[in-house]
Amino acid sequence: MRLGRLSALSQEQIVLGMAVVLFAVFALSIDGFLTAGNILSVIQNVSVLGILGAGMAMSIIGRGIDLSVVSVMAYSVAWTLSAFNQDVNLYLALLMGFGFALAVGLINGILIAYIEIPAIFATLASGTAVAGFGQYFLVDTDVVFVSDAVGRLMSIGSGRTLGVPNSVISLAIVAGVLYWILHRTVFGRYLFAMGDNTRAARVAGIPVRPMMVAQYLLTATIAFIAGLVTAMAVESMNTRVVNSTLVYDVILIAVIGGISLSGGRGSVRNVLIGTVMIGVLLNGMTMMNMPYTAQNIVKGAILLVAIIADSFFNPRDEQTSQQGDI
Amino acid sequence: MSQPSEFYSRWRYRLFPDHIVGEVLSKNWIDNAIPFLILIASVAFFSVFIQDLFAPYSLIDNGRQIGELLLVVFGMTIVMMAGGIDLSVGATFALATFCSLGMFNYFELPLAVVVVLTLLLGALIGALNGALIGFLRLRAFLTTLVTLIMVRATFDTLVLNYQVEVSMAMRFSDAWDFIGDGDVLGIPFSFLLAAIVGIFAHVMLTRLGIGWRIQAVGGSRRSAFNAGISVRKTVFYTYVMSGTLAAAAGVLYASRLGAAGSDTGLGLEVSALTAAVLGGVSLGGGRGSIAKALLGSLIVIIIQSSLVRLGLRTGANTLVLGILLLVAVAIDVKWLKNRLKVLAKVYVSPGYFRLPDIGRIGSSSPYADNNRLADVDLIGLEEIEGPEDVILDEDDNLYCGSRHGDVIRFFSPDHKRWEVYGHIGGHPLGMAFDAQGNLNVCVSGMGLYQITPDKEVRKLTDETNRSLLSVIDDSRMRFADDLDIAPDGKIYFSEATIRFNTDEWMIDALESRGNGRIICYDPAADTTRTILPKLMFPNGICVSHDGQSILYAETWPCRISRYWLAGPRKGEVELVMPDLPGYPDNINRSSDGHYWCAFVGMRAPAFDLAMRMPSFRKKMVDRIPHDEWLYPNMNAGCVIKFDETGKVLECLWDSKGVNHPMITSMREHKGYLYLGGSLNNRIGKWKIPGADPDWTGVSSYWRAT
Repeated sequence: MRLGRLSALSQEQIVLGMAVVLFAVFALSIDGFLTAGNILSVIQNVSVLGILGAGMAMSIIGRGIDLSVVSVMAYSVAWTLSAFNQDVNLYLALLMGFGFALAVGLINGILIAYIEIPAIFATLASGTAVAGFGQYFLVDTDVVFVSDAVGRLMSIGSGRTLGVPNSVISLAIVAGVLYWILHRTVFGRYLFAMGDNTRAARVAGIPVRPMMVAQYLLTATIAFIAGLVTAMAVESMNTRVVNSTLVYDVILIAVIGGISLSGGRGSVRNVLIGTVMIGVLLNGMTMMNMPYTAQNIVKGAILLVAIIADSFFNPRDEQTSQQGDI
Repeated sequence: MSQPSEFYSRWRYRLFPDHIVGEVLSKNWIDNAIPFLILIASVAFFSVFIQDLFAPYSLIDNGRQIGELLLVVFGMTIVMMAGGIDLSVGATFALATFCSLGMFNYFELPLAVVVVLTLLLGALIGALNGALIGFLRLRAFLTTLVTLIMVRATFDTLVLNYQVEVSMAMRFSDAWDFIGDGDVLGIPFSFLLAAIVGIFAHVMLTRLGIGWRIQAVGGSRRSAFNAGISVRKTVFYTYVMSGTLAAAAGVLYASRLGAAGSDTGLGLEVSALTAAVLGGVSLGGGRGSIAKALLGSLIVIIIQSSLVRLGLRTGANTLVLGILLLVAVAIDVKWLKNRLKVLAKVYVSPGYFRLPDIGRIGSSSPYADNNRLADVDLIGLEEIEGPEDVILDEDDNLYCGSRHGDVIRFFSPDHKRWEVYGHIGGHPLGMAFDAQGNLNVCVSGMGLYQITPDKEVRKLTDETNRSLLSVIDDSRMRFADDLDIAPDGKIYFSEATIRFNTDEWMIDALESRGNGRIICYDPAADTTRTILPKLMFPNGICVSHDGQSILYAETWPCRISRYWLAGPRKGEVELVMPDLPGYPDNINRSSDGHYWCAFVGMRAPAFDLAMRMPSFRKKMVDRIPHDEWLYPNMNAGCVIKFDETGKVLECLWDSKGVNHPMITSMREHKGYLYLGGSLNNRIGKWKIPGADPDWTGVSSYWRAT
C-alpha cells in the first residue's frame, strides 16, 4: 500500500513534469503560446473535459468506470434545450434533462450493482442505447442551439468573472465539491474502501450495492452539468459528439493524472494535473496546425504510455489477477 | 398419509419424469438454448413485418454481410475465450479495407500480394495488442480501446487525404470480383470462406493444443499459469488471430463495395461483441464455441438487416443494438452465476416407492438379534481404508480394495504383512477371480478392470451401449459396483446408479428410482451390453451354484432377484426375496450350497415412510442443508445366509457395532468368513461353525466337477 502510494505519487509527478516540459517546449517553439490570453484559453478549452474527468475519476476510484457520460451529456442537455426552444418553461426543461440523466445513471447503477454486469461493459452498451434513444425519441436535429432566452444560465459557460472564464470557475466548483465528497464525507471514505477491495468493504458492512448506484447517479449528474457548461460556452449542443473519441479523452485525463484503474487510489488533484497536461498538449498541437485526426493518434499514444505506466506502478501478476477482469 | 394422495403421488411421480429437468440442465448444450430461442423469436417476429425476409436475393445479400461479420466474430470469440476482449476489430477492419483497396486500385499490386499484405497488416495490429496485453499484461478493454482510437485515427487521416484515389476502380480483375460478388453453387464466396474458417477455428479450439491452451487460460488463468502453460504467449496469439480475421473481413468488404468511407467499420466492434455475447461466449473467458459465435452472429445480422429494411429513423438501430447487448450480457452473467445453483436444487428428484410391510422382527424371526460376530479376528486394523469387497485366492492370500485406489494383498497364512497388489486409481469395489487367475475388479468412477497374476492392470471396459432416450450420457460407467463371472467367462456386473458419483451414493437413496443397471461384458468378443436397465441401486451379484442364473440385490427396494442366464426360463427375472428387513449389498456363495448376503444397513419406519412421500423428500432437499437430510440407516448391518428359494437360514449380528457397523461384503474361505465394509478400516475373520474347511470360492467356481 505504501509502495503503491509512493508509485502513484511519482506518476503524478512525472505527468506534472511532462506538462511543465511540454509547456516550456511549446512556449519556446510556438509564437503566441505564452500569452495570458492563450494560457486562459488552454484551461477554458479543457474545462469541460476536466469536469467530466472529475466524474470519471470518482467512478474509477470506486472501481467502476462510466463510458456513457458523453451520450448522457449530449442527449440530456440537447433534450433540455430543444424542449426549451419549444416553449417549455426553463426550469421544467432543466428538470426533464436532469431527470433523464439521473434515469440513465440509475439504470447503469442497477445493471452494475444488482445484475452484476461489468461496469465497463454496462456503460458501453447503455451509452450506445442512450445515443440511439436520444436520436430516435428526444432530439430531431443533430445540433440544438441555445436561445438567448436562457438568461443568466448562460453565465455558467460563457463570460468572465474577475477576468477568469466562467467555465473555468464551473470546473473549480465541481472539483471543489467533488473534493469535499471524496475526502470529507462518509460516502467518499466508503468509496475508497470499495475501490480498494470491494469484498472486504462488503464484509465490513458498507452498503456496496447502493453505493454503486449512487456512484453512477453522481457521474450522470456531473455529465449533465458538463453538458450545460459546454452548451452555454458554444451556444449549442452538438449531439454528434457521441461518435467522437471524447470519452477516451476523459479516461485519458483521469489515468494520466495518476488515478489507478484498479481503484481505491487518486484524488481530484490528479484530475486537475491531467487536465492541464492534456490542455497544454491539445493547445500546442492545435497551434502547430496539426490535423484533428493526427492529434487523436498522439493522444492515443500518450494514453497507451499512461496505461503502460499504470500497469508498471500498479502491477498485476498471474497469482493475484482476478479471473474475468478485463 | 391418506390413500388418495398416495395414489396421486404414485402416478404423478411415475408419469412425470422430474429427473429430466436436472439432467437437461446439466448438459453443456443447454447453454445454447437461450440464444437459439432468441434466434427463433427474432426470425418469427421480423418475418411477420417483412414479407421477403427469406427471399433468395435477401438471403444472398445477408450471406455476404454475415460472412464478413462472422470472420470478425470468430476472432472476437477466440480472444474472449482466452479471457480477453478486442475492441480494435472495427478499426482494423476499416484500415484493412482501405489498404487493400489502395494496394489493388492505386498501386496495382497482384491480388495475392494484396491479400497477403493486408492479412499481415491485421496480424501486425493484433500483435501490437497481443504484446501489450499478453506480455505487458495491460487491461484488454482499455488497451484495445486505445489501439481502436489510434488505428481509427490513422484510417481517418488516410481517408481524408486519399479517399478518391483509392476508390477509383481503374482495374478489373475477375478474381477480385469473385471475392466480393462470386458464388460457389449459389453460396456467396464470403459466407463459404467464413464457413471454412469457422471449421478450422472449431477444430483448433477443440482438437489442437493451442486451442486447449486458449480454453485453459480463459477458464482459469491462474491454474493455466501454474500448470506451466505459457499464458502470455497464448494470449498474444489470440489477438494476432483476431487481427488477421478482421483484416480478412476487410478484404471481403473492399472487394464487395470497392470503396472505403469514414463510416466503414464504425461500431463493428459493438456488433461483433453483441454477437459473441448473445451467442453465449462469456465475458472473461472459459465458455464459448464457434457454434455459439455463429448463433449470435445470425441473430445480430437478422435484427440489424431487418431494422434497416423496416426503414426506421436513425437511432433505432443503435438503440436496439445497445439494449440487445445489455440483455445478452445480463442473461450471460445471471446464467453463469445461477446455473449450478439451480442445478443443485433441481437435480435430486425423488420418486415414489412403497416398500413391503415386514412388521417387527421378533425373537422367533430368522433375523433375530444376536452377537455372533463379537469374537472376530481383525485383519489390517487401521492399515486399510474402505475394503468394500474382500476375496481370497487358492493360496489363502487375501485381497481387498482401498479408498486410495489400490488393490491390497495380505499374505497368507496370518495376513499380517501386506503389499499393494495393483494400483488402479479409483476405489475398487466388487472383485472376482476368473478361471485364469486374473482378478477382475469393479472400480468406482472408472469401470471394469483386471489385474493379472503378474500384477499388470488393464482396463476391460468402461463403456456400454447408449440407451436411446437417456438424457445423461449413460454409455460411460460411473459406478460399477459388484461383479461375478458365469461359467462361460462372461462377466456380469452392476452399475448402481448412472445419476450420481460414488461419493454421493446415498443421495441416490433419496430418489429411489431405477437409476442403475446390470451390464454384461463378454471377454471373448470384447463387447459390453446393458442387459437389465432401470434397477434401483443394483448392488451384489452372484452366479448361482448351478451356473444357470445370477442372483442380484437391489439395495433401496430391499429385494433380491434372479435373472436366468440359461435353461427354460432364460432371460426372465424372478423375485426371490421381496421383503428384506435391511439394505442388501454383496452376495456370495457359501460352502453348503447356499448364499451369504451382507446388509449394509437396516430399514427404519421413518425412511420407509419417506419413500412414499416424494414431495416431502423434494422439499427436504430444497430447503435444508445436506447434513440435515434424512438418509437410510447405515450404522448397523448384519450377514444372512439364504438358500436358492430365498429362505433365510441364519443371521449374524455384531450387536456392539464396534467392529462391523456396516458390512458390505463377506467371503467364505476354508471354513472362515471374511467381512469387509466400504467405510470401515478393518477386515473381520470369523470361524463358521461346521463349515467345510477345504471349500474355497475359486474352486467352487472353476474346479467344479
